[in-house]
Amino acid sequence: MSHSAVMMKTQAERRAQARGRFNPARWGIYAFLLTAALFFLAPLYIMLVTSFKTMEEIRLGQLFALPMNATLEPWRAAWSEVCTGVSCEGISAGFWNSVAIVVPSTILPVLIGALNGYALSFWRPRGAHVLFGILMLGAFIPVQVMIYPLVKVMAAVGLYSSLPGIVAVHLIFSMPVMTLLFRNYYSAIPPELFKAARIDGGGFWRIFVQLMLPMSTPIIVVAAIMQVTGVWNDYILGLVFAGREHLPMTVQLNNVINTTTGERLYNVNMAATILTSMVPLLVYFVSGRWFVRGIAAGAVKG
Amino acid sequence: MSTTTSQQPKSGVSIRDLCIHFDGHEVIQGLNLEIHEGEFLVLLGPSGCGKSTLLHSIAGLTDFESIAEGTVKIAGQDMTFADPSERGIGMVFQSYALYPTMTVEKNMSFGLRVAGCPKDEVQRRVQRVAAMLQLEPLLQRKPGQLSGGQRQRVAIGRALVREAAVLLFDEPLSNLDAKLRAELRRELKLLHKNLGSTMIYVTHDQVEAMTLASRIVVMKGGVIQQIGAPTEVYERPANLFVAGFLGAPGMNLVPGQLSVSASGEVGLSGALSADLAAYPFQQQPRDRQAVLLGIRPEHVRLDPQGAWRGVVHLIEPMGNHQVVWIQCGAQLLAAIVEDHVQLQPDQALSFQLDLARASLFDQASEQRL
Repeated sequence: MSHSAVMMKTQAERRAQARGRFNPARWGIYAFLLTAALFFLAPLYIMLVTSFKTMEEIRLGQLFALPMNATLEPWRAAWSEVCTGVSCEGISAGFWNSVAIVVPSTILPVLIGALNGYALSFWRPRGAHVLFGILMLGAFIPVQVMIYPLVKVMAAVGLYSSLPGIVAVHLIFSMPVMTLLFRNYYSAIPPELFKAARIDGGGFWRIFVQLMLPMSTPIIVVAAIMQVTGVWNDYILGLVFAGREHLPMTVQLNNVINTTTGERLYNVNMAATILTSMVPLLVYFVSGRWFVRGIAAGAVKG
Repeated sequence: MSTTTSQQPKSGVSIRDLCIHFDGHEVIQGLNLEIHEGEFLVLLGPSGCGKSTLLHSIAGLTDFESIAEGTVKIAGQDMTFADPSERGIGMVFQSYALYPTMTVEKNMSFGLRVAGCPKDEVQRRVQRVAAMLQLEPLLQRKPGQLSGGQRQRVAIGRALVREAAVLLFDEPLSNLDAKLRAELRRELKLLHKNLGSTMIYVTHDQVEAMTLASRIVVMKGGVIQQIGAPTEVYERPANLFVAGFLGAPGMNLVPGQLSVSASGEVGLSGALSADLAAYPFQQQPRDRQAVLLGIRPEHVRLDPQGAWRGVVHLIEPMGNHQVVWIQCGAQLLAAIVEDHVQLQPDQALSFQLDLARASLFDQASEQRL
């Protein structure tokens, strides 16, 4: 009796909650969310408005004011004129370097990760568990620990300071997560599907290419998003392994901002920074839903 | 080569001394089985009895390292370690296992295309099977657009297109609802009648086993308990396990003791006393032997002149008949009674047992006497 009375009350409460959208608790939640949004959006706002201001206007020190005479000049300068170290050809060279690194560093890890996951899930070679365990262990070792040995290895095989070298390094460091992503995805596919394909005469490559890859579109998208944003945002690996000819945009941006000669061009720096973060920003906006999935999938590793 | 194959059964399957281990655990223990050409053999047993493992070893889908001993021959050829695609088999799975990114047509033709079959031949075979299974309107659809029953028909079609001599079924109807299951069961039986190919079918459903099989193999713990025609396995179970596994409601099992007189007449005493003159003994009964009398509910007949008396305990109406539970001393007996007979709980009644069709099991060995 008393139990059902409690039930009735909570039900009535729930109904009231659904009707009155704006009770105090809800106000609190919205206030918190708004504050959080402002906290994270304010820097972006300041960067944006500053990048459209002239240096004279910036010297006025009105951080939050909209530009009085909006100008695209800082953006042009950042793209094609600003000095990155010795050369003064703007940040565009870094952009194309990053593109050249990101494209193969996404395609190769995704394909090889898919192949690894496929082999581990369906063919179960001898010692697969041990192999996978070692691979996962690799994911927990900090990158810094491996930099020096990896430099020696790359130099020994003649790949140090080259585009194939930096792509190989990204490939190596992406393997644990890529393999894990695809292995988890494939382990959710009924093994009977694989068995049916075996009876139909499918071999290792045919089942992978004709059956598993076409089924993997969702996880390929997730993996590609993780790789594109991860590799684009990378700084340390690009700095160490890419070589002076292939320095990625992040490293070039640092060179722009840390140039100590002459006046500090805040508007150009802001424009260069926004240009550098454009690719991940676009990826987030276009594929927010997929990206969250990727984070959730990556979180499995703990 | 051609002479040896003509002497051998064209599509029989022969399993000799098969032992399969998983992680040191023996799943199949020295199993021998001859499956004749054109027969519908049903492997029946509870989950974990090794029936699926046995089927997978015929298909070549078990890990070859787990096969400790024995051979699997298909159509006279040793196929123990052959690739699944080389065995001349088609297989239908419980979860349909259709390729989700391919149309029905591509699903059915995948195996032929892998084998490099000419295009017009592929076309011809797919059309023939699609017509047989009424799949023509579905050929361009993806599996996701089909109902469960349609999906399983496509899976059957995919196995048939291979024109394999041996067809394997791994609980193909278990994912379907009851009505559809009965419908596809009839289709399968008709298919076997028309094609005459060897079919090996795994199930835990006794109704499927009874209705489909030419022979049933009852398994438990990786060991064959009994092989026989459905009626034989049902009427003369070889041991207590088989007796309990088949039939719903299950066989009545009444404990008792045998008495063998000097003149050789055998009687039963215990919860039910009976004269066993009508029982066809396979083994010589011993005096004072502890036994279980097994009697099917349909062999318990209500009869005013019946030799046994009891009280109605519970009535379960089934529509076309009723199951009446009779309290007879400490023993509860199920009886199948025609639906028009009016009965009340606690009503006293007399009944007759058809002892010629009963089963007797030794209590210690659980084997049929």
